[in-house]
Amino acid sequence: MDVIIIGLLLGGTYALMAMGLQLQYGVARIMNLASGETLVCGAFGAVWFLTAYKVSPLYALIGVVPAAFVANWAIYRVMILPLVRRAKSQGQLEVDSILATFGLSFMAIGILLALFGGEFLSYSYLAQPFLIFGQPYALNRIVAFLCAAALCVALYLWLHHTRAGLTLRAVSVNPSAAGLVGINVARTSALAFALGGAVSAAGGALLSMFLLFDASLGVIFTLKALVIVIMGGVSDIRGAILASFILGMTETAVATYIDPGLTLAAAYVLFIVILLVRPEGLFGRRSS
Amino acid sequence: MSGSGERGTLPPASFAQDVRAALVLSRRDQRTLLAGILLLAIAAMLPVFSQTYWLSIGVSVAMFTVLATSWTLFSGPTNYIALSTAAFFGIGMYIVGGGLPYAPFPVLVLIAGVAGALFAVVVGLATLRISGVYFVIFTLGLAELVRQIVAWGQHVMGTSSGLYVLLNISDRTMYWLLLGLAALVYLIGWLIGRSRLGFALRIIGNDEVVAVHCGINTARAKVILFVISCTFASITGALVAPRWSYVEPSIAFSPFLSFEVVIMALLGGVHRLWGPLVGVIPFTLLWEFISAKFPAQTTMLLGACFLLIVYFIPRGVVGLIEDLVHKGMRAKDGHD
Repeated sequence: MDVIIIGLLLGGTYALMAMGLQLQYGVARIMNLASGETLVCGAFGAVWFLTAYKVSPLYALIGVVPAAFVANWAIYRVMILPLVRRAKSQGQLEVDSILATFGLSFMAIGILLALFGGEFLSYSYLAQPFLIFGQPYALNRIVAFLCAAALCVALYLWLHHTRAGLTLRAVSVNPSAAGLVGINVARTSALAFALGGAVSAAGGALLSMFLLFDASLGVIFTLKALVIVIMGGVSDIRGAILASFILGMTETAVATYIDPGLTLAAAYVLFIVILLVRPEGLFGRRSS
Repeated sequence: MSGSGERGTLPPASFAQDVRAALVLSRRDQRTLLAGILLLAIAAMLPVFSQTYWLSIGVSVAMFTVLATSWTLFSGPTNYIALSTAAFFGIGMYIVGGGLPYAPFPVLVLIAGVAGALFAVVVGLATLRISGVYFVIFTLGLAELVRQIVAWGQHVMGTSSGLYVLLNISDRTMYWLLLGLAALVYLIGWLIGRSRLGFALRIIGNDEVVAVHCGINTARAKVILFVISCTFASITGALVAPRWSYVEPSIAFSPFLSFEVVIMALLGGVHRLWGPLVGVIPFTLLWEFISAKFPAQTTMLLGACFLLIVYFIPRGVVGLIEDLVHKGMRAKDGHD
């Protein structure tokens, strides 16, 4: 029971991080290996706001999210767009963007190390028990979950009930056809990339309420987000949410029953199962 | 692999035929081989001139030459970017570190090679049967995964996380060992380049769908090359383990190693067998300089170097040279 509830709470925040990557990979078609670093930047941003201005991490979101949006917009414009223009084929773009974002992730780690040093950063916020079914759970996990859920719902509604959201979904289905019906694909991709970065950073700020962070943790979150996106399917939000809960619960089970140091192994086990059984994802259609 | 794997295969040339074909040497091949042996002999003379600083740089150069060249054997022709060098390197290192009290060094190096190969088979079979980015993603976290498992294993067995590697191997011996390994990588790479397997890989790199329609068993070709490449990484890790007298998970599985290997290979150029060497030598020297002058900013500078290479010399130094030669030849033709 404990495992299920803690897993669900964790999965909610993971869903946010995975939706960020989904926007970047599904719509902008950029496999962003620096997505975990964006998340860590969000977490560090929250810590910084808390220590510098003594504001709660929830208010820090108001600062962190727009900053991440602008930063990721700039990254797309300055760094990714030249690669998109240069690439002769989708395969070439994939290789180039993987390499570029891989380099970017090391840049980000270096900058974080220079700014904050190499220690673990954490703070104590709402570290009081809250009863669910008579069992105590940390209140910060619950608040983070509720925030993540609210953001997920808002994002879902925006994608499915506004014109801008429709544009994004159109580009995700077929970029060249979207261009034919008068959608500015380059602008939409930049928007999706920036939005994805902002969502990842928000996930980081929320996770920082109950996890320890240091500068080099990004790769673990990148990997978890990628595993969720592969499991859930590249362009299916329902899949991503379900996959997040599965990962959250598997991880909590491994941490509880085996060892807390093996969380990445849990993600890899799920990854291998998916690769062997359903490489197209839970809700994906098998391409012929 | 039976059944679906066999569909549409060309009448396979037997392995013996393949080897015989690869051993027929033209005049040009003989010259290449001779030049290679000559260069190797010159490189082997280094310890005569320096016993200290330059020899230790020589060891680094030789180590990265093996790692970057063997990385290129797989990732160069196929365009599948492997980010897992550190995982295999660390496995080799840990086998030597953990096994020294029980077995002699050469045996451990062999075990490291076999273990690395087996692990690569598992990873390859899980990810390389499917095309796409799964492979890259899988390799991205592999070093971290192995690190977690090793740390957990040590925790369960109650041993301390660090290992002392107390084995006296002079820098000179290590340099020669690594040089020998580099020669082996070049020889194997050269033979693969001449074989049907090498041809198959180049087709896969150009267009995997076409390769499948040509009757190439793409999964088999990719896994074989990945295994060869990773085996060398494991053996290298085992050979250089005595250089660090104290080994712990965060050193052995450092993600920076994978990153450096990719940078050096890309800087040199991945479309020629000797390309990575062109990147390894200047980068090792540059790196010595940077880590001495700016020890706090190494990660950031490493990232910056990498981005510069990806954006401005995507085909590496070798690609630049080839473009220049090409242009020069065209200019000459124009004058005639």
